[in-house]
Amino acid sequence: MAKNAKNTKNANSNSNDRYTISVLVENKPGVLARVASLFRRRNFNIESLTVGTTDRDDISRMTIVVNGDLRVVEQVMKQLNKLIDVIKVSDVTEKSVERELVLIKVKATSESRGEIVELANIFRGRVVDVSKDSIIIEITGDEDKIKAFINLMRQFGIRELARTGMVAMQRGEKVVSV
Amino acid sequence: MRGADAIVKALEDEGVKNIFGIPGGAIIEVYDALYDSGINHILTRHEQAAVHAADGYARASGKVGVAFATSGPGATNTVTGIATAYMDSSPIIVMTGQVPRSLIGNDAFQEADITGITMPVTKHNYIVTNPSELLHIIKEAFYIASTGRPGPVLIDVPKDVTVAEVEYNYPKKISIPGYKPKTKGHPKQVKRAAELIMESERPVILAGGGIILSNASEELIRFAELIPAFVVTTLMGKGAFPENHPLCLGFVGMHGSKYANYALTECDLVIAIGTRFSDRTTGRVDNFAPYAKIIHIDIDPAEIGKNVRVDVPIVGDAKEVLKDILKIIKYKKRKEWEDKISQWRRKYPLRYKNDGKLKPQYVIEKIFTIEPDTIVTTEVGQNQMWAAQYFKTKYPRQFISSGGLGTMGFGFPAAIGAQMAFPDKNVVDVAGDGSFLMNIQELATCVDFNIPVKVAIMNNQFLGMVRQWQELFYKERYSATCLRCKELRFDKIAEGFGGVGMVVEKPTEVEETLREAFEIRDAPVVIDFRVERLENVFPMVPAGAGLNQIIDG
Ligand SMILES: Cc1ncc(C[n+]2csc(CCOP(=O)(O)OP(=O)(O)O)c2C)c(N)n1
Repeated sequence: MAKNAKNTKNANSNSNDRYTISVLVENKPGVLARVASLFRRRNFNIESLTVGTTDRDDISRMTIVVNGDLRVVEQVMKQLNKLIDVIKVSDVTEKSVERELVLIKVKATSESRGEIVELANIFRGRVVDVSKDSIIIEITGDEDKIKAFINLMRQFGIRELARTGMVAMQRGEKVVSV
Repeated sequence: MRGADAIVKALEDEGVKNIFGIPGGAIIEVYDALYDSGINHILTRHEQAAVHAADGYARASGKVGVAFATSGPGATNTVTGIATAYMDSSPIIVMTGQVPRSLIGNDAFQEADITGITMPVTKHNYIVTNPSELLHIIKEAFYIASTGRPGPVLIDVPKDVTVAEVEYNYPKKISIPGYKPKTKGHPKQVKRAAELIMESERPVILAGGGIILSNASEELIRFAELIPAFVVTTLMGKGAFPENHPLCLGFVGMHGSKYANYALTECDLVIAIGTRFSDRTTGRVDNFAPYAKIIHIDIDPAEIGKNVRVDVPIVGDAKEVLKDILKIIKYKKRKEWEDKISQWRRKYPLRYKNDGKLKPQYVIEKIFTIEPDTIVTTEVGQNQMWAAQYFKTKYPRQFISSGGLGTMGFGFPAAIGAQMAFPDKNVVDVAGDGSFLMNIQELATCVDFNIPVKVAIMNNQFLGMVRQWQELFYKERYSATCLRCKELRFDKIAEGFGGVGMVVEKPTEVEETLREAFEIRDAPVVIDFRVERLENVFPMVPAGAGLNQIIDG
């Protein structure tokens, strides 16, 4: 667990706290099913889950964002650790860079297009496709930024939205590796 | 050699002596290889029973039990057996046949996704996707099943893998990056535990099945005597500590004795070893051991803090950790606490009304007075609780019961497994008439292989435990619990299978009949004890109540 999470034990740990967990797993068939099955069976809530390989082909990294109080999250981590294909479980909630990539298709008329592009620029988004009545914007950022941008886009009408889910990495010396 | 031959040779190399199972198309090659092997195969009459038998074998012997089944229905029939072993951390390997790799996913004849189905009830499972991985997987499976917190491992083998050419080089060692069970307790926590023990005036040891799995009974006895501390056990811990020992208070929880539950409620220190604090053991959690600090020793880190708060967590193997603590604690007299416990013991003994009717408790007492070394398995329900209360276990692995899943139909096949592990011992399944019917077909197996298991049916013509709940909590509305089969003759059924059947209606016949039954060494014996129908299991802590809120008979 992250240092400060440990210290707040028994203090007011909240059932809506958000934790980001990094999981290194053997890159084997079925490992995603095992993790998903565990979350379902133990009644844990996943907010998002992403998977991809690491610098080693035989090891994948999952980033799982969960909601719950500290006790629940500790159980999540311990239960994940029990899976044979799971090599390492780390809480990276603290001091980490979190990023998600989102593609948004927004309704755009000749009047609104300019404003949308301007907003996208402010958020360092990129316009990746423009058509007669819509526009696709690609944006990366942490949860707050993404939320804010999506909310802004609502006024124009969101036609389609695809999110990758969060990936995270702790700043500085700390590494999650085998 | 053929994949099938490699499988059988690997099992021989693992020291497997007995396999329980049923063949079929997808696993026929393996059975063909088995034909030439020295391994004994017990053909059960249902795959569920094969897995329970492998489980019973494992629980009785401490070795890994092995079961075989074919694909599809054979595989799905194993699920209850696997889940039962999983809940009680029993080391078994279940090998299932699978349709050839080229057909997987096509809904082929007798295809079932058994790895998907058993994912939540196995410690780990495999499907062999490449013949070159076969031996490695078998080695890993045995290692995973039997180490750390033991549990069932399933290996699904496609038929074409069993035919494929495999070079036999069975791995000597393996290393699994994500699996490194920790056996040694953290020295700082061990020291903290010792301090709490020395400070405590009213210590109680709560001994779970983990003691038995880690073969730590001797250490536990030395530990309890040195402190000295009274010992209560969970249902799974029965046998971890000899029940005729003066420090033993027997089993606790929903149907534990009053004095055991009082001791656990009033103590100032709980030393919990190899237990997961199941709700049947703790009663209402926020009322559990309210005055006590809790030391929790367990090999599975995920069990620590899962159900109850813990003051000193120690992750490690029970035997190792106990050895370490033993080095640093000293004897301390605790007279007041001893007196208090003796008082409770005198005031609230376990008892039943001996009114001349045939009582199940009496039958169970007689079983162990006649043959104290008997290995007892149980079914589930009242029979199980009476067995837990009145059978005074002397040594580990003597009492075998489905604690976690509570599987009716477990006891009889488990007894077959136990008997295969100890052919010369007296093995008795304490059964209910409901439960026995769930795997009664195994009488055929016993007759076929001359397995002299005794089935002692506490026949109350009810699904007794459910009826008891209905009597106490549902205004005697006996919905679907009366087994209206007065004419059902278990003795005749046994005879029909080629076994021996006996009927007992009066207490005076109990001893003689049991003696006669225990003499029979070449056939199964079913004894139909026509017990008092409305007898209840007392004391009882209702579900969700605190351990000291006890109902008496
Ligand atoms: C497979 C299964 N089905 C249902 C139950 C629920 N159940 C628990 S105890 C019990 C009654 C058992 O009856 P019997 O075997 O006659 O034993 P008794 O309680 O009468 O000793 C039932 C139905 C169970 N534990 N297992």
